Amino acid sequence: MKMAKCVVWDLDDTLWHGTLSAGDDLVLRDGVVNVIKTLDARGILQSVASKNNHDDALRKLEEVGLAEYFLYPQINWNSKSSSVAAIREKLNIGIDTIMFVDDQPFERDEVAFVHPDVETIDSADLGGMLSMPRLSPTVVTEDAARRRQMYLEDQARNEAELAHQGASDEFLGGLDMIFTISRAKGGDLLRLAELTERTNQLNSTGIQYSHQQLEELMHSPDHDLWVCELTDRYGSYGKIGVALVEKQDDRWTVNLLLMSCRTVSKGVGTVLLSFLLNRAAENGKRFFARFRRTDRNRQMLVTYQLANFRVVWREGNDYLYENDLAVRPEYPGYIKVKIDA
Amino acid sequence: MRDEVVANMADVMVADAAAKIRGYLRENMTAFQDVELDDEDNIFERGYFTSLFAMQLLHYVESTFDIEVPDDYIILQNFSSVRRLADMVGELKASAGE
Repeated sequence: MKMAKCVVWDLDDTLWHGTLSAGDDLVLRDGVVNVIKTLDARGILQSVASKNNHDDALRKLEEVGLAEYFLYPQINWNSKSSSVAAIREKLNIGIDTIMFVDDQPFERDEVAFVHPDVETIDSADLGGMLSMPRLSPTVVTEDAARRRQMYLEDQARNEAELAHQGASDEFLGGLDMIFTISRAKGGDLLRLAELTERTNQLNSTGIQYSHQQLEELMHSPDHDLWVCELTDRYGSYGKIGVALVEKQDDRWTVNLLLMSCRTVSKGVGTVLLSFLLNRAAENGKRFFARFRRTDRNRQMLVTYQLANFRVVWREGNDYLYENDLAVRPEYPGYIKVKIDA
Repeated sequence: MRDEVVANMADVMVADAAAKIRGYLRENMTAFQDVELDDEDNIFERGYFTSLFAMQLLHYVESTFDIEVPDDYIILQNFSSVRRLADMVGELKASAGE
């Protein structure tokens, strides 16, 4: 089972005792605040799927000091399965990384029926949640602990984008994005291992690397391990991309290229690839890239194939691309690229 | 005679696809607004294409013309101009038996 990325909470008789719309006196359940704050510190996102009047429920959440912990809360009279689907879409995460907590068997079954990959939790099991393996990451990186903050910044960006009338590249130009590419350092490795585990869409092979493997590659003279960070005027996205280049004589091969799904909508997917391409050309190398087609990484295929990479070898879902380096790509005008080589 | 009618129908379809794709590019890329955009122009040279925009364009083409673009059609050559994109749409429509 995959580690959970998001826990979706019911409110009435799950988060608190009593029913808001019935005018009950609401009391937070014992230990619920600790569970929410601990999950948050572990980098697990949280949201709400509740059948209630939106404004009333949100006011109550603010009153008890928990509103800020929930991203894209879905408080409406729709089915919980549709609320879960809406949260999944907003957060851009896999449905199989969501867990749903509710006191009512009907609601849990309804969600499980529509989304068989969502694990449901009876709210009576609240006390055991913090020791559930899927909610207990072995390491918590600095990026993970800031994850909710980063999504909140995203929410602000998205609202600004919705308010913006006009072309999307024009909006991107107003974000003052800075993309920094540097060599991986020891302190980056936990986050890089986490990225290889969590990233599906913009991932060239889907192969996971452990901290130890990455450490060996970082020190290997035959490899370059690059990491990139993105900031804009709303804040930092943290470390969001990795590239692993194997260097053999006159050939450089990109064994792994990935970008966090949180940056998919920022149009930065090609920046790291452009950097590698230009670097290979400057060094007079032939340039190859490994790719493994999965059911999730079509965007990576598009990235490579529209960047003039041609398939030179293929076995099943495994590809080897070559780029003849005839075209030297430029970075998009709306993004400032800093190289720390 | 019948073949000719079919051929003309296909031409009409491709021309219609080209018009729609041109409209989409104009609406979504500043580089294509308020300028001449010929069907033969290399759109990759005229505007900076991110993989994000390429994905959006792909989704647009697939949903508008009700086709699925296979992996081996996703190449620069097929995406380089409005004409090429429209031709690809026509070809995929034809191979789907429409």
